[in-house]
Amino acid sequence: MKDPGFVTVDGRKIPIEGEANLLELIRKANIDIPTFCYHSELSVYGACRMCIVDLQGRGIVTSCSTAPEPGMVVKTNTEEVREMRRIALELLLANHDRSCPTCPKSGVCKLQDLARRFGIDDIRFQSTQPELPIDHSSPSLVRDPNKCILCGDCVRACSEIQGIGAIDFINRGSQVTVAPAFGKDLNAVECVHCGQCAAVCPTGALTPRSEIEDVWKSLGDPDKIVVAQIAPAVRVALGECFGMEPGTVAMGQIVAALKALGFDRVYDTCFAADLTVIEEGTEFIKRAEAGKRLPQFTSCCPAWVKFAEQYYPELLPNLSSCRSPQQMFGSLAKTVLPDELETDRRNIVVVSIMPCTAKKFEATRPEFSVGEVRDVDHVLTTQELARMIDGAGIRFTRLQPESLDLPLGFKTGAGVIFGNSGGVAEAVLRFAAEKLGGVKLQSADFPIVRGTEGVREATVAIGGQELKLAVVHGLANARKMAELAKHGQCPYQLIEVMACPGGCIGGAGQPIATEFDAKARRTESLYAVDKTLQLHKSQENPYVARAYETTLQEPGSEPAHHLLHTHYHSRKRIQDEDISLLDGGKAERVKVRVCVGTSCFVRGSQNLLRQVLDYVEEHGLSQRVDIGATFCLERCDRGPSVAVGDKVMEKCNLQMVVEALDQVLAQTEA
Amino acid sequence: MTQTIVDLDRSAREYNDAVKTATQRLIVCAGTGCVANGSLKVYEALKEQIAQAGLNVIVDLSVHDDADESVLLSKSGCQGFCQMGPLVTLEPDGILYTRVRAQDAAEIVQETLLHGRIVERLLYVDPNTREHCPRTEDITFYKRQSRTVLRQCGSVDPENIGEYIAKGGYSAARKAFTEMKPESVCEEVLHSGLRGRGGAGFPTGKKWDLTRVQPVEKKYVICNGDEGDPGAFMDRSVMEGNPHLLLEGIMIAARAIGADEAYIYVRAEYPLAVGRMRKAVADATALGILGDDVFGSGQTLTCHVMEGAGAFVCGEETALIASIQGQRGMPSPKPPFPAQSGLWGKPTVINNVETLATVPLIVNMGALEFRQRGTESSPGTKTFALTGHVANTGLIEVPFGTTLREVVFEIGGGVTDSTGGIDPEAFKAVQIGGPSGGCLTAEHLDLPLDFDSLRSVGAMVGSGGLVVMNKETCMVGMARFFMQFTQNESCGKCVLCREGTKQMLALLDNIVNGEATLETLDILQRLAVAVQKGSLCGLGKTAPNPVLSTLRYFRAEYEAHVIQKRCPAGQCKALVPMWIDPALCKGCTACARKCPVGAISGDKKQPHQIDPDVCIKCGACVAACKFNAIVGA
Repeated sequence: MKDPGFVTVDGRKIPIEGEANLLELIRKANIDIPTFCYHSELSVYGACRMCIVDLQGRGIVTSCSTAPEPGMVVKTNTEEVREMRRIALELLLANHDRSCPTCPKSGVCKLQDLARRFGIDDIRFQSTQPELPIDHSSPSLVRDPNKCILCGDCVRACSEIQGIGAIDFINRGSQVTVAPAFGKDLNAVECVHCGQCAAVCPTGALTPRSEIEDVWKSLGDPDKIVVAQIAPAVRVALGECFGMEPGTVAMGQIVAALKALGFDRVYDTCFAADLTVIEEGTEFIKRAEAGKRLPQFTSCCPAWVKFAEQYYPELLPNLSSCRSPQQMFGSLAKTVLPDELETDRRNIVVVSIMPCTAKKFEATRPEFSVGEVRDVDHVLTTQELARMIDGAGIRFTRLQPESLDLPLGFKTGAGVIFGNSGGVAEAVLRFAAEKLGGVKLQSADFPIVRGTEGVREATVAIGGQELKLAVVHGLANARKMAELAKHGQCPYQLIEVMACPGGCIGGAGQPIATEFDAKARRTESLYAVDKTLQLHKSQENPYVARAYETTLQEPGSEPAHHLLHTHYHSRKRIQDEDISLLDGGKAERVKVRVCVGTSCFVRGSQNLLRQVLDYVEEHGLSQRVDIGATFCLERCDRGPSVAVGDKVMEKCNLQMVVEALDQVLAQTEA
Repeated sequence: MTQTIVDLDRSAREYNDAVKTATQRLIVCAGTGCVANGSLKVYEALKEQIAQAGLNVIVDLSVHDDADESVLLSKSGCQGFCQMGPLVTLEPDGILYTRVRAQDAAEIVQETLLHGRIVERLLYVDPNTREHCPRTEDITFYKRQSRTVLRQCGSVDPENIGEYIAKGGYSAARKAFTEMKPESVCEEVLHSGLRGRGGAGFPTGKKWDLTRVQPVEKKYVICNGDEGDPGAFMDRSVMEGNPHLLLEGIMIAARAIGADEAYIYVRAEYPLAVGRMRKAVADATALGILGDDVFGSGQTLTCHVMEGAGAFVCGEETALIASIQGQRGMPSPKPPFPAQSGLWGKPTVINNVETLATVPLIVNMGALEFRQRGTESSPGTKTFALTGHVANTGLIEVPFGTTLREVVFEIGGGVTDSTGGIDPEAFKAVQIGGPSGGCLTAEHLDLPLDFDSLRSVGAMVGSGGLVVMNKETCMVGMARFFMQFTQNESCGKCVLCREGTKQMLALLDNIVNGEATLETLDILQRLAVAVQKGSLCGLGKTAPNPVLSTLRYFRAEYEAHVIQKRCPAGQCKALVPMWIDPALCKGCTACARKCPVGAISGDKKQPHQIDPDVCIKCGACVAACKFNAIVGA
C-alpha cells in the first residue's frame, strides 16, 4: 500500500486519508476545530474565520478551504490564532441578540457554545446595528435576523440542497442581512417550509415555530380528547435530547411520556403509512396498467408537494393523489374515533409528533379541514416534544415503557421504514410485488432502493415486468427528475421524493445532531425496527384491513377518495389575477386576456389592451366579448401575448386579435 | 502569412495617407478631467476657427481632399497635467497650452498656426523660476517623468485604430502570435521581471506560466479595469487614452496561456472608458485583428467588454469573477487560485490594466531593455495619480526607484499650504496606495519607491494613488476617512472584515469625537492586526493599513486626541480648541470671569486669549460673549 502522506498537527503526525480539507483531517486527530460556516454537505464558504490555523510557510489560513498536502506543518492553537478567534467571537457577540435564556436555541447554540469554550468574558466592542423585526409569517419557521451571524449556511442549504434559494444575502458591508427577496416575509415567497435552513443554522436565527403552548391548552381543556400520532423518524431520535445514543428506539418511553403529559390516546403514524402504501400502491398499479400519468411521484412530503405546485404545476397530475400518512391519520381518526371514544368529532384534538417543519404547513392546508376544524390540529416537532417533556419535569430515561393504543397504533415494518429515504419506495414495492406478482414474497427486503446518494435508481422484476424506480432526496435532485418528466424523458415509473437529506430522519424538527453519524444511525435503527416486528407488509396489517371493512370499503373507492386523497393546485403565479374590464354581457362571453406582465408591458401590451377595448366598443361587441388584463402567460420573451379563448398568441398586434376574435365569434354564432 | 498582416500594413498606409498633408497638428486633451473643464468646447471652437481662417482642417480621417497643406485637429486621452487643463498640444513643435478656453481658439489659430508665434499667456509658468515653459519638455512636471506606458496616451486619437497601427501598434501582438510560442511569451515576460501593477506585485510571467500549464483546454483572460481606489485614475487614463495598447496586451496574454476568450471588466463609473474599449474591440474585430485565426495562427480570440455595478470589492479577482458570472460580488477563499480554477471554473489569468498595457512594450523592446529602467526587484515604470496638497497634481509615470522627494518636490513642484502657495515646511506625509495603503513620512523622503522597499516600511505601491498631505491634515481623520470607505465597500461575507471594519470605524469615531481613551488605541491596534491577518480577501486584509500605518508614525497625534482631547492639526471639529477672534473681541472680560477653570487671560479693553491646555470646552465663555467673538464650541 502506498505510504500515505502526513500532516503534522500540533506536533503529531496525522495520515492523509482522502480528506478534502485540513479541517476534516484535524477533526480526525480529535481536535474539534471550531467553525460556524463549514458544513460537510454544503459548499465551502470560508466566511466565519473561526477554523483558522497557522500553516507553516503560509501563515494564517482557513482550514476548511485548504487541501491537505504531505509535509504540511499545522498549529491549531497559537496565541495569534487564539487572539483572532477571540476577536471574531467578540465581534459577532457585539451585535448579537444576547437574550440566551429566552432563546429556543439555548443549550444547542453554536455561538453560545464557542463563547463558552473560548472563555469569552468581555465584549470590547459596541453594538452598532439597529434591531430588525422578527418574521413570524410562516406556520413552520421563525426568522430572527438579530440572531443571525451571517454564516450563509441557510442560504447555501436552500440554494444547493433544495435548489430554491428562497433566502439570500441582501445589501452590503455592515448592512448585510439574510432575507427573502425584496424584504418580503418568508411566507410570501417560495419557501417550501422544509426547514433545512433551520437545521443548519448554528444560532437561533432560524428555528421551527413552536406550538407547545397550543398543545398545553388543549391538554388542559377538560372537554377535549387529545390523541397523538408519532412519526417513524421520531422514535429513533427523540432519545438524543435526553442523552441517549442516536438511533436508540425509545418508543416505549415516548408513549409513557405522552401519557404522562395528559394525552388520552397515543397512536402511530406508521399505521397510516401502511394505509398510504395500500392506497398509493393500488393507484400506481392502475396507472401502470393504463400506461397513464407516469411517472408517479410520491406525495407524502409536503415540501415536495409545494415545490411541485410552484415550479411544475404541469406535473401535478403525476403526483400521487394520496394524502400523507399524517393527514390520512387525521382524517381517518376524526371519522372513526368519535364512535370509538364515544364523543363528538369536535372534541377530538389530533396532535402529530413529527421530525418535520413542513408538516406544520401541511396541517394548515384548506383541503385538510372539515368545516373550520383541521384534521390535524397541532404539529409538534421532535424537539418541541422533548421540551414539553423537560418542561413537565418528566425524567424521560427513567420512564417505564408503555404500549401504543389500538387500533390506530398497530403497524407493520413497511410503515416504519417511511422515515428513511427509500423507505416509501420499498414499502410500496412490498405491496406491489405481491399484488402484481401474485405470489407471496420470500423476503420483504428490497435493499436495492436503500442508500445515501441523492439520486438512486433501481430496476425490479415484478410479475413478469420490469419496474424502474428512482429515489431522490434533496429538492435539487427532485428538480432533476421533474425536468426529465416535464420533457417526456423520464425512464422511471415510480419516483420517491424526500426534501430532507436522508429522508425524514434528517428533518428540521429532529434534535440537532451532536454525533457526525447520527443520521446514519437513525436510518439503521429504523430498518432494525422493521426487522423486529412480526409483520413487514402493509397488506398484512389487520387493523388496516378492518378500517377498509368498516369504513373505507376498498382501496381507491369513493369513501377512500373522500377521506384519504386530495388535490393540488398551481402556485406558479399569483392566482386569480384576471381583471375583467367590461361589465355585463352574456355569461358565455368570449374571453380575451391581454398579458400585462412586465415583459409584455415593455413590449407594448398596455397599448394593445387599449386598442382592443376601443375595437370592442366601436363594434358593439361588449355583450359577447369579455376583455381582461391578466398576469403572465409565460411567453415573456415573445410578447405581447394575448389569449383569445383558449388560443394564446405571441408577438401579438391588434389585427391578430381581431382575426382570432372574428373566428371564435363566428363559431359561437353558428 | 495571410490576409490580416496585409491588412495591418494597409491600415497604416491608409492612416498615413489620410494625414499626409497635415503639416501641423492640434491635440486637444479629451481625458475625463479636461472634458469636465470644457475641453470639448475648446475642440469645437478650434475647428471653427481653423476653418474660418481659411486653413484646411482634417477632423474626419475618412474624408480625403486634395489640399496641399492642412491642420490635423484631434482629441487625445489624458495628457497628464490635469491641474492645468484644458490642455492643447501643438505638433510638431511640442508646444503645450494650458487652461485653454473656447474664446482662446481664435488667438491660437491666428498667432500660432498662421504665424508661428506662441501665445505666452497660455503657457505654464514654473512657480519656482517664474519662467514661461513653451514646450512639454521644458516643464519639470514632464521632464522628470518617464512616460512609457503613457507615452502615446496624450497624443494618439484613442478612437482611431489606424493611427495606433501606423505608429507601430499591434506589431507586438503579431510577433507573439506568429514568431513566438506560448512558452516563450511567458518566459519573456518572466525575464522582464514585470510585476502586477494592481497592487499585489505578483510576477506576471509566473502567473501566466502557471495558467498556461493547466491541462484544460478552455482558458480565459480577464482585464481588471475596476480601479476602485478613490482618487486613482491611472487605469482610466490608459483605457480612455490608448485602449488599443491595452487590447494588444490582452491579446499577448491570451497567446501566452492559450485562451480564446477575454473579458474586459470596466467599472460602470467610467462610461467614457467603457465606450472607448467597446469601440476599440469593435474596430479591431472589424479589421480581423480579433476573431478567428488571429494573425494566421489558427487561434481564435473574442473580447467582451463588461461593466461593473458599483462595488469596490469587485476589484478583487475572485469577486470580479463572481460578478462576471452574474453572482453576488463576494470573494472566495484561495486556493484554488484563478490560474487553476477561475471564470466558470476554468484556468484564468486576471491582470490589471497597466500590467497588460506594459506587455506590448516588453515584447517589442525585449526583457533586457525593459529592465534598464526601474530597480532590480521592480523593473520598469509605474503610473501614479499625484493628488492632494501638491503644486502639480495629475497623472505621472516614473521608473521604480524614483524617490519620494523627487516625486513630491520635483515633479509635484512642492507641497502647498491652505492658501495654495508652496511652502517648503508644509510637508507632513504622503498616503500611498489609497484605502489599502500606508503613509510615508519625512523620514521616507529618500526612500526609492518600489514594491519591496515600500513593503518593508509598512506601506505598499498599491494601484498608484499618491495623496500628499500638508501640516493641516489630521492623520487620524485621514485614517477614519479611508476606514469609512472600506467599511462601505466591504461585501459583508467574512466576520473580521464586515464586523471588524465597522468596529474600527466606531473606535475612530470615538477618537475624533473626543470620547476615547488610551485603551481605545490598544483595542484598535489589536483589532486592526486581527482583521489584517484573518480576513478572507485583500479588501479586509489591507483595510487596516491606514490605521496601522498612522498609529505607527503618528502616535503622538492619536494620543493628543485621546488624552488631551485635542486635534493638533485643528481639523477634528469636536476637538478644535476654543479660540477668541481678536478682531471681534472688545476685551470686556465677561468670558474670563465666567470661565470655571481660569483658562482665559487678557487685559481690559485688549483682545483676550484662551489657553487650550487648560480649557475644558464647556462653552460657558461662548454663552457669555455678547460679540460672538469665540469660536470652536
